[in-house]
Amino acid sequence: MNDLFSKFDPVIALRESLLESGMTDPFNLVMEKVESPTVAICNGKRTILLGTYNYMGMTFDPDVIAAGKKALDEFGSGTTGSRVLNGTYSGHRECEEALKDFYAMDHAMVFSTGYQANLGIISTLAGKDDYIVLDIDSHASIYDGCALGKAQIVPFRHNDIEAMEKRLKRIPEGDGKLVVLEGVYSMLGDVAPLKEMVRVAKDNGAMVLVDEAHSMGFIGENGRGVAEAQGVIDDVDFIIGTFSKSVGTVGGFCVSNHPKFEILRLVCRPYVFTASLPPSVVATAATSIRKLMYSADKRAHLWENSKRLHAGLKQLGFKLGTDEPQSAIIAVLMPDLEAGAAMWEALLNEGLYVNLARPPATPANMTLLRCSLCALHTEEQVGEILGMFAAAGRATGCIS
Amino acid sequence: MTDRDQNAVKIEALIEPFNKKGVAVTEATRFAQDLEWDSLTVMDFVASVEDEFDILISMNRAAEIETVEQLIDAVGQLQSER
Repeated sequence: MNDLFSKFDPVIALRESLLESGMTDPFNLVMEKVESPTVAICNGKRTILLGTYNYMGMTFDPDVIAAGKKALDEFGSGTTGSRVLNGTYSGHRECEEALKDFYAMDHAMVFSTGYQANLGIISTLAGKDDYIVLDIDSHASIYDGCALGKAQIVPFRHNDIEAMEKRLKRIPEGDGKLVVLEGVYSMLGDVAPLKEMVRVAKDNGAMVLVDEAHSMGFIGENGRGVAEAQGVIDDVDFIIGTFSKSVGTVGGFCVSNHPKFEILRLVCRPYVFTASLPPSVVATAATSIRKLMYSADKRAHLWENSKRLHAGLKQLGFKLGTDEPQSAIIAVLMPDLEAGAAMWEALLNEGLYVNLARPPATPANMTLLRCSLCALHTEEQVGEILGMFAAAGRATGCIS
Repeated sequence: MTDRDQNAVKIEALIEPFNKKGVAVTEATRFAQDLEWDSLTVMDFVASVEDEFDILISMNRAAEIETVEQLIDAVGQLQSER
């Protein structure tokens, strides 16, 4: 028998060699208790969370929790059905109304996860005779959406406007074109030059989809994302987003002004052939989205946190993913996986959780300690975080 | 020289800046195994081939091209389709 698992042998070997050195497994952490959006108990120890996507700290918001409990009582624990059959409750519609209001757009479609939103929309829009022009560093859900729809994939170098334009112009006249971009790229926390890229896409007759997963809630005047901040949101055909980051629960969505948008509910397989979100989840999401419309103070504090952490880490001598803070993600560059894992463990021992990111998820085979800030991290916590980075960095030899 | 020969010469010249291991390139040379190119290198190389011949090679098409010989043939075919 040919063991179908043989292809994973290199990954198994890499993992074993890392764990043999006595290191804590960076991909197997359990949080025993979660006290707030910024603090959990890990291995019995109070740990500051700096590796979640809880950017706006909505997970413990009293209004959000109350809405979820009420929906659980009134509508039960789950829908046990597809959105197009028995899985649409009033809560799902209210959630879509909240999204339409948040983005000031005509249509909103809620999916069971953000991954499914990209998978569903991209695979349904672009088929095998259509072209998808995308950034090489696009999220896995984008590539999987292209593969599911069998579209022709045309990648360009990360954030390279000229490369994008050149490849777009070579697509045969008359063929369908979709340009897929992200507002914030989650590995390095850098922002796309959407202003120029959306213009180039439109000049060349392409439709544009922007994934704003890592910008919703705090980038742009109304928190609508990088397309809003750069003044091009009206030229974007589809915005994809998620509830599992700033919104603070789980789920995904697409918003659009396209007049025929609603037909997607019948032809988008990852939307049709899956159970809809539980009533409590859509109730928490809708409440959270409406509160995010009026969170200017929290947005401002999150930016303060991001700027202070970026400047502090730079001053300590760490190499960072961006020269200036561009989002709530600050990526600390590690020389290799061993050093990264050692630093990750030293930080955990100090009482700080960050994400260890390694290839193939990272660009250019980088190992990163990814820090993502929350609007509820206090000034004192950011100070504590910098102290922990200093101690762990010196203990592991990452800084002098 | 035939058109194919001319394309072969141009392609081998385009490979050189990316041939960091100094591998002796023939038509049988494989990009992934012999030249040990990663996906980023492949993308940059594909872009340079596209610029040289003014063609578009999608990622789907590139995934089917394993050797220098296959690339030369693919370029010829894409040129004729234009």
